[in-house]
Amino acid sequence: MIEDVFRLEWGRVLANLIGFLGDFDLAEEAAQDAFAIAAERWPRDGLPDNPGAWLTTTARNRAIDRIRREQVLARKTHLLVPDEAIEEEVDDTVFTDERLELLFTCCHPALALDAQVALTLRTLGGLTTDQIARAFLVPEPTMAQRLVRAKKKIAAAGIPFRVPPAHLLPERLRAVLAIVYLVFNEGYGGDNELAAEAIRLGRALAELMPDESEVHALLALMLLHDARRDARLRDGELVLLADQDRSLWNEDRIAEGRSSLDRAIALGGRGPYVLQAAIASLHLDEEIDWRQIAALYVQLSRLTGSPVVELNRAVAVAEAVDAETALAILDQLDLPGYHCLDSTRADLLHRLGRDEEAAAAYRRALAGATAAHERSFLERRLQELQGERR
Amino acid sequence: MKYALLIYSHTTDDEWEALSDEEKGAIYGEYRAVSESPNVIGGHQLESAATATTVRVKDGETVTTDGPFMETKEVLGGLFVVDADDIDTALALAERIPAARTGSVEVRPIVEM
Repeated sequence: MIEDVFRLEWGRVLANLIGFLGDFDLAEEAAQDAFAIAAERWPRDGLPDNPGAWLTTTARNRAIDRIRREQVLARKTHLLVPDEAIEEEVDDTVFTDERLELLFTCCHPALALDAQVALTLRTLGGLTTDQIARAFLVPEPTMAQRLVRAKKKIAAAGIPFRVPPAHLLPERLRAVLAIVYLVFNEGYGGDNELAAEAIRLGRALAELMPDESEVHALLALMLLHDARRDARLRDGELVLLADQDRSLWNEDRIAEGRSSLDRAIALGGRGPYVLQAAIASLHLDEEIDWRQIAALYVQLSRLTGSPVVELNRAVAVAEAVDAETALAILDQLDLPGYHCLDSTRADLLHRLGRDEEAAAAYRRALAGATAAHERSFLERRLQELQGERR
Repeated sequence: MKYALLIYSHTTDDEWEALSDEEKGAIYGEYRAVSESPNVIGGHQLESAATATTVRVKDGETVTTDGPFMETKEVLGGLFVVDADDIDTALALAERIPAARTGSVEVRPIVEM
């Protein structure tokens, strides 16, 4: 119960403190102090009416104490500073939501991409340095250093704590959404905690920027993917959409995802996340409309110019038209060493009865794939193929 | 805050000379527009890297060499000094500098004494 409140309030309290103090480290220390006091008092005294405001006020007071104490030390005077100067009365105006400001600061393009991700998870997600380090497979001291360096750069380079002005907003929002989606994809590969965190960030963004279609669309996309999480792997092996056990799909997530998508479309959105969410939604239908999916991929391809999108279009075309036409799309693509290209090609070749070439393509895919669940999937496919031929 | 916009040019002297007067004039115009922008409080164009002399003192001994401190394709060609509230203003000026298209512009906060 208290854990949940902490989880919910951490980002908001910290954002407010950073805005107030203009100092990431001081804000973090003060927030930690306040949460520690709450962990001690709340079980005894019960939850305050407005836990977030209580935590913010307490943390502010702790920070002010800290600053005063340091100033006193600096002046080498011996003034007595009250040790526990926590005021219980809570001023609601103190508790403005500044999570957006914090998010745009953490995702500022002057910071390295890995630092943006780490800082976002640390400050808004409240993940510990150790948790983030484990999620990204780097040693804890490396991650700690990355965070320290990022915070130093924010202060030294004058990265502003604000929502960017209108002329910068579209570009900066794209960067923020990319970071959230990156966190989700890291998590979708295995670490559930990260995927859950990305969805939390997506929900917060949708609440804070209710008029941005791409914000709702990204949330929809994440929810619709996440809905199939439990069906996606069986005994540690990848299960194709067509073979997934639909009873394992999370209906609530699908409903929430689709309503977010409707919202995005109602706002007039036709951006890359709207298209991707629409495609994800169509994939969940009992009768999949592959023509519609292929058409959406054409639009997405036009927007992004990405060969990976073309690869996905080819998969849809294979269903909507035939494998031959799909193969012709693959032949146009320049994705050297990308194992998904080889595995898709292998599947199409197999459908066309060209099993020898298919086996060779699976072997090329295996040479490039690293994730265990992908490797075992490819190995099984290759074995099946060789079994059929024998 | 003050920022230095360090302008690294990728254009060699020969490439520059090969431009028409019109093209040169257009580029000078862009530099002038940046230098006359609000927030810009100073700037200098540097002579070509070929005119540089580098000094190092090692174990009390002065070694003077002809040329820039590092022979690279991109050379420091000049700098602007900007006074702005935050990095976004400095970044917006940096992207208007012609060398950002052919070389790069490094934005560095200046330590205030």
